[in-house]
Amino acid sequence: MTSKVIMPQLGESVVEGTVSRWLKNKGDRIQQYEPLVEVSTDKVDTEIPSPASGVLLDILVAEGETVRAGALLALIGEPEEAGSTGSRSSGNGKDHDEMRAAYTGHVTPVVARMVAEHDLDLSAIRGTGRGGRITKKDVEAYLAGAESRPETEVPAWEQPGEGDLFKPTEEYLPKPAEKPAAARPTEPAARKPERVHPVEPVPEGTPGERVQLTAMRRSIAEHMVRSKLQTAPHVTTVFEADMSAVMKHREAHRAEFASKGVNLTLTAYFVAASVTALQAHPAINAEWRDDSIFRHNVQHIGVAVALDEGLIVPVIRNAQDLNLLGIARAVNDLAARARSQQLKPDEIRGGTFTISNHGVSGSLFATPIIHQPQAAILGAGIVEKRVTVIDDAIAIRPMCYLSLTFDHRIVDGAEADGFMMTLKRALEGWR
Amino acid sequence: MTDMTMIDAIRMALDEELARDERVFITGEDVGQRGGVFRATQGLYEKYGRQRIVDSPLAELSIVAVGIGAALTDLRPVCEIQFADFIHPAFNQIVNEAAKMYYRSNGAWSVPLTIRAPYGGGISGALYHSQSVEAFFAHVPGLKVVIPATPYDAKGLLKSAVRDPNPVLFFEPKKGYRSIRGDVPEDDYTVPIGPARVAREGRDLSLFAYGMMAHYAVQAAEQVAAEDGLDVEVIDLRTLLPLDKDAVLRSIKKTGKALIVYEDNLTMGFGAEVSAIIADEAFEYLDGPVRRLAGPDIPAMPYSHPMQEFFMLNPDKIVAAVRELAAY
Repeated sequence: MTSKVIMPQLGESVVEGTVSRWLKNKGDRIQQYEPLVEVSTDKVDTEIPSPASGVLLDILVAEGETVRAGALLALIGEPEEAGSTGSRSSGNGKDHDEMRAAYTGHVTPVVARMVAEHDLDLSAIRGTGRGGRITKKDVEAYLAGAESRPETEVPAWEQPGEGDLFKPTEEYLPKPAEKPAAARPTEPAARKPERVHPVEPVPEGTPGERVQLTAMRRSIAEHMVRSKLQTAPHVTTVFEADMSAVMKHREAHRAEFASKGVNLTLTAYFVAASVTALQAHPAINAEWRDDSIFRHNVQHIGVAVALDEGLIVPVIRNAQDLNLLGIARAVNDLAARARSQQLKPDEIRGGTFTISNHGVSGSLFATPIIHQPQAAILGAGIVEKRVTVIDDAIAIRPMCYLSLTFDHRIVDGAEADGFMMTLKRALEGWR
Repeated sequence: MTDMTMIDAIRMALDEELARDERVFITGEDVGQRGGVFRATQGLYEKYGRQRIVDSPLAELSIVAVGIGAALTDLRPVCEIQFADFIHPAFNQIVNEAAKMYYRSNGAWSVPLTIRAPYGGGISGALYHSQSVEAFFAHVPGLKVVIPATPYDAKGLLKSAVRDPNPVLFFEPKKGYRSIRGDVPEDDYTVPIGPARVAREGRDLSLFAYGMMAHYAVQAAEQVAAEDGLDVEVIDLRTLLPLDKDAVLRSIKKTGKALIVYEDNLTMGFGAEVSAIIADEAFEYLDGPVRRLAGPDIPAMPYSHPMQEFFMLNPDKIVAAVRELAAY
C-alpha cells in the first residue's frame, strides 16, 4: 500500500511549513525512519523521517514551497502502485495528469478574487480540490460558515499515514479553546486578526525600504497582539534584588562549570530561583481555561532567546528536577541550537512560565508580554553596581530590577508580589 | 402541441413558410419528388409544385449560386445541401458572395438565403456523411450559423432563418432527426437567432454544447447529478454566429468551470472560440482550466463501428471529463 508523507504541525500556532530540501530523489529506495525531507517553519528546522520503507514514488511539493500543515508532501510505496492515488479518466498524457496532480499552492483566479474581496486568510480554508487545492466551493462553504461540503470519499491527503508525525495535525493537536458561540454569531470565524493600527499606504516617493514580513515576524506579531490586546489583562510589578550572593557564587564556580563544558550564565540563576518561587506560589505556574484555572505541577521554564530575525522561546522541561549545573547546561544548549535553528518542535512548546533576561542587552527593566497561555513572565534587567542603602549606610552593590508581568485574570497583585519576594530572597540568599 | 421528431418539425417549418410567403422556394438534390434523402421535404412537391420545390443537379456550387441569384431578385430561397460534407464546392459562393454582398454593395443588396445541411456523425456515415463543418463558416462575418438541438427550436429557428434578410447556414444534427422528439406547437412561432438556451440549470460547472452534443451534455449532467451529486449547467448555444456571449459569461461567472463539447475535431473547432472568450472576459471567475472535449484530430470519421465510437463523443466521455474538471 502507498504511504503518504504529510506536512506535520511543527509547533503550536505553526500552521505551515516550507520544504527546504528533499534528501531523496523521486524513485530512490528509502527505509522506514530514514530522514526523507528537511522542513523549516517560522520557528524550527527539522527532518521528517520516512513513514515506511519503499520507493519514493512522487514528490508533490517542491523545495522552497510552503504548504499548510496536513498537506500531502510525497508518496512512498512500490513502483507498481504509482497510479493508485486517484482515479483518472483516459487522459491523453500521463505526464500531463501527473503535473496536474501536484498541488503547488496556486489558487484559481476566482479564489484569488474572492479571498481579496472578503479579506480572507487563505490558510484557514480547507481545500477539497485535487491535491488540496482550494476551490471556489471551498471558499463559498467557508463564507457560509460550513467547514466543508459533505464528501463521499475521504481525499488522499486527509488519510493519515503511520505514526503521529504523519497524521493531519487536527487529529493529534488539541483544538484551541473555542470561543462561546454566542459571542460573535454572524462573523465568519477566520478573518485575519484585526489590525492594531489603521494602515495607510505609504505616499509615493517616500524615502525608505519595504521589508517583507517573514513567517517568524508575522507569527510574533500575531502572538503579541493576541496576548496583550485580545487575551490577558497585563499588570507588572517591579522588585529590586541585590545580586551580591549570586555574583559571588558565580565567580566561585565559573571555572568548575567551564571545565564541564558549561558556561554559567546569570540566566541559569534566574531559572533556578524561579523554580523555587513557582513551587512556593503555584498560582503563578498556571494557565487560564474558560471555565477554570489549571495549575501545573511541573515547571517547564521558557527562556526567550533573541535571534537576528526575531525571537524564540525554547523550553527547559522539568526544570524542577535539574540542579544549577543541569539548568545552565540546558540554557547553553537551547540557546545555541535556537541560534542555529536546530531546535526540535517539542522544545519550543509546553512551557509553564517564561523568563526574559533583557538585561543582557543593557535594559534596566521592562514589561514583557506574557507568552500565552501562561500566567506570567519574569523580566530580568541588567545587573550593575548601584548605590543602595543597607542598615542606614550607603553601600555599593550589584543590583538588578526584576519585573513580573502577570495575567490579572489568574493572579492578583498580592500573590504576584509574594512570588517576587520569594524570588528575591532566593537570589539574595544564594549559597 | 404535438410530440414529433426533429425532421417532422423541420418539414412543418418549411411547409408553414412556403404557405406564408410565396417568395419562399426550396432547391436541392432530391428535394422534389423524392422528398429529400431524409424526407425533410416529403409531400411539399405535391403541395406546392415544381415551381417552388426544385430538384437541382448534383452540383452544390450551383445550388447555392442559384439561391444567391434568386435572393438578389427578392425571392426567399431555402437551399438544401444533402450532407454538410458536400458543402465545400459551394464554399466560395457562400464566403465570397453571400457573406460579403451586403457589405460590398454598401447595403444596397442583401442575400436573404437559407442553406440547410444535415451534419455530424454517429450514423455509420463514414468519411463523407459525418462531417461537422460549422467552424469554417462561424469564422466568416456576414453569415449566421444556427444549429438547433430540439424539434421546438428547429421549427422556430428555421422560420427565423427563412425570414432573416442575411444568409443563414442552418446545420441540422442528422443523428437527432428521428431520435430526438419533443413538443412542437402547430401555430406560427419563431425562435430568435442569437440567444442561447439554458438546457439545464446548475451551479458547479458549465457545459457548453450545441446540436446532438447538447443532448449528450444534458444526459451526462443528469448522470453526474445522480451519481456524484454534481450540479452541472448545460448551455445549448443554438446560434454559433452571432454567439450569445452574455449567456456564456453569465454561466461561467456562476459556476467557475467550463467544459465545451463539440463533435468536430478539436483543433480550431468552435469550442476554441468559446474558450478564448471565457479566458478573456471571465478570467477572474475561473475556478479551473477551460477545457474542451471534442473529436480527435484525424482526417475523418471512420466507418468501422469501434473506430466511429472512438471518434464520436457520447455521454460517458462527457461524464468522465466533467468528473475530471469538477475535481480540479
